[in-house]
Amino acid sequence: MSDTLLEIDNLSVDYETERGDLKALRDISFDVKKGEIVGIVGESGCGKSTLISSILRLTAPNTRFRQGEVRFNGDDILTKTERQMRDLRGAEISIVFQDPMQTHNPVLSIGRQLVDIQHRSNATKAQKLDVAAKMLAAVGIPDPQARLKQYPHEFSGGMRQRIAIAMALMSEPDLLIADEPTTALDATLEVQIIERLKELQSEMNCAILFISHHLGVIAELCDRVVVMYAGAVVESGDVREIFHDPKHPYTRRLIECDPGHIKTRARILPTIPGEVPDLANLPDGCIFRDRCEQATERCHQVPALEKLKEGHFAACWLNHPEEITT
Amino acid sequence: MSAILDVKDLQTSYGSVNVLAGVSFSVQPGETYAMVGESGSGKTTVIRAIAGLAPAQAGSVKFDGQEIRGLSERAMRPLRKDIAMMFQDPIGSLSPRVTVRNLITEPYRIQGMKEKDIDAEAKRLLALVNLPSHFADRYPYQLSGGQARRVGVARALALEPKLILADEPTAGLDVSVQGELLNLLNDLRDRLGLSMVIITHNLNVVRHIADRMGILYLGRLVEEGSTEAIFDEPRHPYTHCLLSANPEPDPDAQLERIALKGEPPSLLKRPSGCEFRERCPVASDICLQTPTWEVNNDHGLRCLTPR
Repeated sequence: MSDTLLEIDNLSVDYETERGDLKALRDISFDVKKGEIVGIVGESGCGKSTLISSILRLTAPNTRFRQGEVRFNGDDILTKTERQMRDLRGAEISIVFQDPMQTHNPVLSIGRQLVDIQHRSNATKAQKLDVAAKMLAAVGIPDPQARLKQYPHEFSGGMRQRIAIAMALMSEPDLLIADEPTTALDATLEVQIIERLKELQSEMNCAILFISHHLGVIAELCDRVVVMYAGAVVESGDVREIFHDPKHPYTRRLIECDPGHIKTRARILPTIPGEVPDLANLPDGCIFRDRCEQATERCHQVPALEKLKEGHFAACWLNHPEEITT
Repeated sequence: MSAILDVKDLQTSYGSVNVLAGVSFSVQPGETYAMVGESGSGKTTVIRAIAGLAPAQAGSVKFDGQEIRGLSERAMRPLRKDIAMMFQDPIGSLSPRVTVRNLITEPYRIQGMKEKDIDAEAKRLLALVNLPSHFADRYPYQLSGGQARRVGVARALALEPKLILADEPTAGLDVSVQGELLNLLNDLRDRLGLSMVIITHNLNVVRHIADRMGILYLGRLVEEGSTEAIFDEPRHPYTHCLLSANPEPDPDAQLERIALKGEPPSLLKRPSGCEFRERCPVASDICLQTPTWEVNNDHGLRCLTPR
């Protein structure tokens, strides 16, 4: 029995647009093991959201899956029927969205929403309310019985996000996708959410795919990290490898740019000059080439994502000095 | 030196909800002041009340020596040249059906400056924020988040203000774009001598841009001082909690995290005594008394059990 839960294998996804095909994901490969927390980092437009919607198959109508597979527990999600997908979503794969203010239905009580989400269960309403109260307690909402009667606007942002987590974990999924769940919250609440996720993950042993552009949160929470840039995976590996020994210039620059690293006041903060390339009109060669300070002639060819050592992959020619030929 | 902005005991209530319970601070010319606090602490209300966009029932707001609290919209309008606002949502604060050229030169029309050459001004302002001049013909939906922010900065700079009030200027930006924007604001301050008030909950940003900072809790400052002093020697337990809650981009960082208990209290039921008492890790019986604002060596504090 394999311990791999989710395998993304050479996935390429395009959006058909008036300007031609926008190559949102190109040749994405990585996997998530059972009970593991994998972080996906990357800046806006790197394909994080397309990736999530592909895993859940909640894609826009102009989405085209060009190649590759998304295997969940060994089965390819991309060939499942809509009916089969419904059985999967919310039961085995669930998601926590970015904005806790818009996740809940404003005109239904939290208790009602927590009961509705148990529609697959044959339990009585009283039993479901009981489960709902237990879940609220599990995510640290005080006085859960009384709170069930309240409406979303009666909760703070941090509490609403914890309720969203309670809902997502209600069916004890194998995989929880967390899409920037702390971006809309301030630092103290962010920490609360991370700690709550860690606790629940170790209790339930579900895997978490944690999407964020906040490196501090990724460093604190994740076992492994996948770094994406402009629709491609440029590096992936153990969290310590990525932060202490990054092997792709983009990863290196990203970490340098995080002001959390710079402890004394800087007059000029480091940045990555240039813009993300147009995905409808891709430049040839390495996708990071025109922003990379170390680019050479070789970078006109696309470097493959290669295994450098056990559990550390990077797509950069700099890792192959022996092959320098001009 | 006289302050460009001097806020004294500013109070704002919406009905019975007392959002600002007396906020006092001042900003010197060329200085950047950061106001930090959780959601709901009143940060945004502070700058909106200064700009006359939120009511302020009591207190004083002096801009360049002139009292501006409670001025009518008409009396306020000439001052809007000198006090510019940068709003929080970069795309949402730009009208979707107006080109960038018209967005950033709209302040001239509002102020009746008909003699301005709109095209030349648009070019100048875009260059100021490092955007290419052909961006003048773009619409907001054609901008990335970082570019939209820069358009917001260009618009704020159009009338050469003396003071910029910026609400979460880097929220939602990627780290490298955030760096660009902070560098831009720092540079503009050096070149144009701008004063700024920045509202944020991102402490990593504050360290690099602010000269002074104030920590707001339930609509009251609990600590204030130079940015170095607050980061190096925070004295209020709430400031300690905030600083320790800052996740480090290092998986091996040894975090000494001070947990904040419970939820922020409701503004309808302000706690008696010290308002942070119920969540404070070091509260004792003395905290049932109301702490007063004490200033020592330019470091203000509202706490009976400081570190």
